[in-house]
Amino acid sequence: MIAIRKPNSGAHIGTNTTVQHIMWQVMLAISPATAFGLFCFGWPALNLFIITLLSAVLFEAFCLRLAGRLVKPVIMDGSALLTGWLVAMTLPPWAPWWIGAAGAGIAIILGKQVYGGLGQNLFNPAMLARIALLISFPIEMTTWANVAPVFSPQAPSFAESWSITFSGLNSVASADSMTGATTLGFIKTEFSQKHWLPDILKDYFFFLDFLGWTRGSLGETSALLLGLGGVWLIRQGVIKWHIPVSLLLTVTVLSSVFHLMDGQHYISPLIHLNSGALMCVAFFIATDYVTSPNTPAGQLVFGMGCGLLIFVIRTWGSYPEGAGFAVLLMNAATPLIDHYLRPRIYGRYRNGKPLKPKVIVQERKS
Amino acid sequence: MLNLSRLFKEPRIRGGVHAEEHKASTSGRPIVVDFPLPEKLYIPLQQHVGKAAEPAVRVGDRVLKGQLLAHSQGMVSAPVHASSSGMIVDIDDYPAPHPSALPIRTVVLETDGEDQWIEYHPIDDPFQLTPEEISLRVGAAGIVGLGGAAFPSAVKLNLGRENKIHTLLINGGECEPYLTCDDRLMQERAAGIIDGIRLMLHGMETRQAIVGIEDNKPEAYAAMQDAAHAYPFIKVRQVPTRYPMGWDRQLIRYLTNLEVPAGGRSADVGVIMHNVGTAYSVHRAIRFSQPLVSRIVTVSGGAVARPRNIEVPIGTLISELFAFCGVDQAATKRIIMGGPMMGDALPHSRLPVVKASSGVLALTQDEVRNTAEQPCIRCAQCVGACPAGLLPLDMANRIRNNQLDAAVDIGLKDCISCGSCSYVCPSNIPLVHYFKYATGELAARQQAQRKSEHTKRLMDERNARMARIKKRQEEEEQARLAAKAERERLQTEQGTLA
Repeated sequence: MIAIRKPNSGAHIGTNTTVQHIMWQVMLAISPATAFGLFCFGWPALNLFIITLLSAVLFEAFCLRLAGRLVKPVIMDGSALLTGWLVAMTLPPWAPWWIGAAGAGIAIILGKQVYGGLGQNLFNPAMLARIALLISFPIEMTTWANVAPVFSPQAPSFAESWSITFSGLNSVASADSMTGATTLGFIKTEFSQKHWLPDILKDYFFFLDFLGWTRGSLGETSALLLGLGGVWLIRQGVIKWHIPVSLLLTVTVLSSVFHLMDGQHYISPLIHLNSGALMCVAFFIATDYVTSPNTPAGQLVFGMGCGLLIFVIRTWGSYPEGAGFAVLLMNAATPLIDHYLRPRIYGRYRNGKPLKPKVIVQERKS
Repeated sequence: MLNLSRLFKEPRIRGGVHAEEHKASTSGRPIVVDFPLPEKLYIPLQQHVGKAAEPAVRVGDRVLKGQLLAHSQGMVSAPVHASSSGMIVDIDDYPAPHPSALPIRTVVLETDGEDQWIEYHPIDDPFQLTPEEISLRVGAAGIVGLGGAAFPSAVKLNLGRENKIHTLLINGGECEPYLTCDDRLMQERAAGIIDGIRLMLHGMETRQAIVGIEDNKPEAYAAMQDAAHAYPFIKVRQVPTRYPMGWDRQLIRYLTNLEVPAGGRSADVGVIMHNVGTAYSVHRAIRFSQPLVSRIVTVSGGAVARPRNIEVPIGTLISELFAFCGVDQAATKRIIMGGPMMGDALPHSRLPVVKASSGVLALTQDEVRNTAEQPCIRCAQCVGACPAGLLPLDMANRIRNNQLDAAVDIGLKDCISCGSCSYVCPSNIPLVHYFKYATGELAARQQAQRKSEHTKRLMDERNARMARIKKRQEEEEQARLAAKAERERLQTEQGTLA
């Protein structure tokens, strides 16, 4: 380590962007989708959301204290809050409180702090937490609440929401009638029972699914709002277009090819794109600076890899949704991608050798 | 947003940043030419790349303006001249205008207020001079690159004759924020610059020149176009405003589409670049035999009440410039010599203006970056901003872990310290500082290595020498013993005989 006291070289001025600023912009971008999710799934979702965010911040503070570092400035960078938020978005909206707390704990402690904190982790903390929870608690992680907007007759009351969050869904009498399967999950189950498209999708409303009026994770149902938030982030210059575009394009192309070849067994690209998880991953998870490649070329490769894996897992895997696995696998490949896809250095060939001077022969003035 | 052709073709300008310009406060005001002559001038003997000049005067000597104070030394060096008339009162070590303010040999000139020029003989037609004569005169006038690099200009002119140079590029980019000295010079003295360019072309035996001016200086562009109108071999072109457009290689690539090989010189692709200020000094040196004794300095920054460009005698203390322009010392957070991107922070203002000082800035707390350093979040903004195509975040990471050679492997030596990466970094990591540290440390290690190898060689030689001496002594001893034995044998033989 070298110590730098007062740098007297380099740019003395700078842009006003800070880490905190970037984190807040991302949070702003995901807030419409989150707000919509909270509206659709009511009080239990709000409980889970708050618990997950609070736990994330507390776990971060705990780790910093253990490491003997200053707590407040690091908490204030907003990264723990954002991680907690992303974890909450990917959870089933009516999951019990300990799912949220455990998710935040896994994300912050195992996903981030054991590597040394912000900027050091290999895997996206939120996805790591989601996958760990999915494998450890398959029942809780695949119980999807029906859309039941707050204050609507089918929504659980405020009191019921407390028992859903703290005593589990079974503590509420009408639990079974309140849950069902996600679109992708439903299709996968039907396939296993030898039912084929398009019969399965008789009751599927494309527009409602696009809007987010469907069963799914707390903040991932609305492809529309997530997409809008993502485009805004690109326009703000917070993320670049390379990963989202290459990821979505790969999924679209692959699913189109297969759907056109066999419309009975392969779902259409529209359903793929409509799944909010895909949008969330494309714009907010795969674009995580820390765990994605540094160069535009690397980012294109990364996005394509994610898209390919998502399609493969969704189509032939045993899980209906593969976005989390795909991102983690590509995260592992990031150092390799960064190693091989470096920008060309000025005055050198791609392999690092100096350019051969182009000799321009011109007659000299005599 | 998505331009497919850009995916496959490298843009002509790579990386760079568009910094807030802060040029408006000075670019509209004429150059101040009646700056009050300071009572004392502190003229360092090394204001250029290369060897320091050797004094040609002694304490107590009276000198005239333009008189030689110190001879240049060796191939790469430049002489130093008196910036005004007066008496030499000291030749000793004084703080250098550098972040360290380490002492540097300096001639102190007490001015007499006359500002009297040394007698000189104007030339009627400098184009009758041989090209060699032009570079000799440029060298003798002490002209160095006024863009900030301070490389002796005559050396570059000679290089031009020795290599096949097809184009002389003139840098009027002035891409650093705040600075407007070149802008004002082009607006006010375009004819002199164009004349200087013609003289340099003559000196280099080169046919054409291209002047590149950033498109944020329309007045300067118009003035230069007007002045160059009569000379079709001098083209004036606008270039996009994007820092670091004034990096020679960026400008060469943009204007000629040539790329200088790594580790090479621009002459390798047949191009040599000079700054507009240098061209103007050449004009003065050849036409009027006036050596480089003054330069235009931009005094600007938030703490300056009356920011402006001033023609200043070399050796004027920055504190006098600040007093003239009304600098609020309490509000000054950082004093910078040069531009805010690549300039040096100075510890105080009692340091002289030198040939390379394009600007002196007094920045306030609000202008200087002052947020605390945060961890790198690998946002790769620096990768996008680097004009050299490097990975600043990876290099800094390796340097932080003391893996300096690994940093060299990914291009540390190709870094030009332009500061674009530090500028965009949201975590406020002083990236350039890391790179300069690593470069310095590597040089120090190399020197230490050479030293230890030298010591080892001396030791080996000594051991060999000692071994030789010992062997010789042993041989002598044996020879002595043999001789003694022989003597004794002879004695015994004689004894038995007797």
